[in-house]
Formats: sequence, structure tokens, C-alpha cells
Amino acid sequence: MTNILNEIGIENYIFLSVILFCIGVFGVLYRRNAIIVFMSIEIMLNAVNLLFVAFSTYHQDAQGQVFVFFSMAVAAAEVAVGLAILVSIYRNLGSIDINNLKNLKG
Amino acid sequence: MIHIPDFAHASTVQIIFCFLAFITVITAFLAIFSRNPIHSALYLVISFFSIAGHYLLLNSQFLAIVHVIVYSGAIMILFLFTIMLMNLNKQNEVHKPRITRLGAIVSFCLICIVLILVFINSKPIAGEYIATGEDYQSIKVLGRVLLNEYMVPFEFASILLLTAMIGVVLLSKKEKTEK
Repeated sequence: MTNILNEIGIENYIFLSVILFCIGVFGVLYRRNAIIVFMSIEIMLNAVNLLFVAFSTYHQDAQGQVFVFFSMAVAAAEVAVGLAILVSIYRNLGSIDINNLKNLKG
Repeated sequence: MIHIPDFAHASTVQIIFCFLAFITVITAFLAIFSRNPIHSALYLVISFFSIAGHYLLLNSQFLAIVHVIVYSGAIMILFLFTIMLMNLNKQNEVHKPRITRLGAIVSFCLICIVLILVFINSKPIAGEYIATGEDYQSIKVLGRVLLNEYMVPFEFASILLLTAMIGVVLLSKKEKTEK
């Protein structure tokens, strides 16, 4: 199993990560529900993590996987804070439609 | 130059990779398109599990386990609880205007085509992949790298998580001075 990249090729992992990242961008642009927007951001972070692990195997270096750990810690903190902000927005406005958040528009 | 899997002579690993990649992309799309937020959260759980399968395929077991625990466990439970707290499963979301959705689709196709063409046409810089059989992703090696070279970022990650915890408690606390 150590020569997995000989069988699959690093290019296919790059293409899969690109497609996943684009799906994340598409979700951010397409939906109005703020929770789905957060889920799309998670998809983008996962695409980058997958590419990190693929290149960590490619270079046979553990540092890429260690970086994925830090990325996971940051993602967990980001999701917790973001969802708390969403809950307080929902408590004040009654919806989490991002088109209703126009208070800063002037 | 591009290594396209040959389906007639595909090995088991290639079939597993194609299957996992298909599941990942399809469930990610379904998570975005489904009307009910709970359904999209469940589709996202399936997508995260298949990404953990990719990690297992790349022979990084510890990272796969951590990914399942953190993403499919903690983060998605957080999402589901928030969705249930907000009572959002009424499917009454108004769609964006048609021109915005068309713009989103066009920009998705453009980004995808441009990035994939860039990666197809770019010359490989990293050189050929040679498996040396060296141990680089067991828990022992990962722990050594994490606690020797990345000691200071490790401590900063703990401070980040502590700050996030305090911030979340402060944000979601009900204000008593209201009304």
C-alpha cells in the first residue's frame, strides 16, 4: 500500500481537490441560507486538507499531515464561533437569510 | 502525461479511488442543492466519511480517525444541533434571484475549467514519485514532529481553542439587560 500514488497518480487527487473546492465556492455563491454557506466553507477546507495529505504522501514527509491537524483545530474554532454568531442573529432577526443582514449597508 | 484510469484494466485501488471520489463529489453537490438543511447536513456527513476513506487509501490511518472524530463527529453534531435549535426544517427558503444563480453556475464552471486546465498544462515541478518505504505517517513519527518542530504552534492552537470557547459562551449567552 505504500506505492498508492503509483497506481492512482497525484494528478487525480489534484483534480478531485479542485472540483471539491469549486463546489464549495459554488455553494457560497448559490445559497442564501447562512448554515449552508458555512457547510460550503467546510467543504473548501476539506478539499485543501485532502491535497495536503496527498502531497504529504507524495513527498513522504509528515509535516503536511501535522499542518492538517492545525487546520482542523482552526476549522473547529471557526465553526463554533460562526454558529454562535448565527444563533444570536437568529435570536435578533428571526431568520438567517443572508440577504436580510443589511444593517451595515447604510 | 495525464494518468487516466483505464477501466478495462483497472486495479482494485483505482476502482476504490473512483468510487470514493464519485461519492464525495455527488454528496457534496447534494448537500448544496437539497432544500432541507438537515438533509444537507447528513449528505455532508457522508461526504466527510468518504474523505476519511481517501485518507485511509493514502495510508494515513491516524489522520483518518481524527478526521472522522472531529468533522463527522463534533462539527456535524454542532451543525445539526444549531439547525434543530433554529427550527429551520420548514423548507420556506426563498431562492436567490435567477440572474444571481445563473452567475453562480457560470462562475463555478469557469473556475473549474480554468483550474483544471492550469493543472493539466503545468509541468510537474515536484519530480517523480518514488516510494522509499520509509515510515513517515505512523503515530510515533507524527507525535515526534508535532512536539518537536511544531511545539509553539501546538500551544498556540490550545490558546486558540480556549479563546474560541470563551467567545462562544459570551456570544450565545442571553442578555439580561434587554427590554
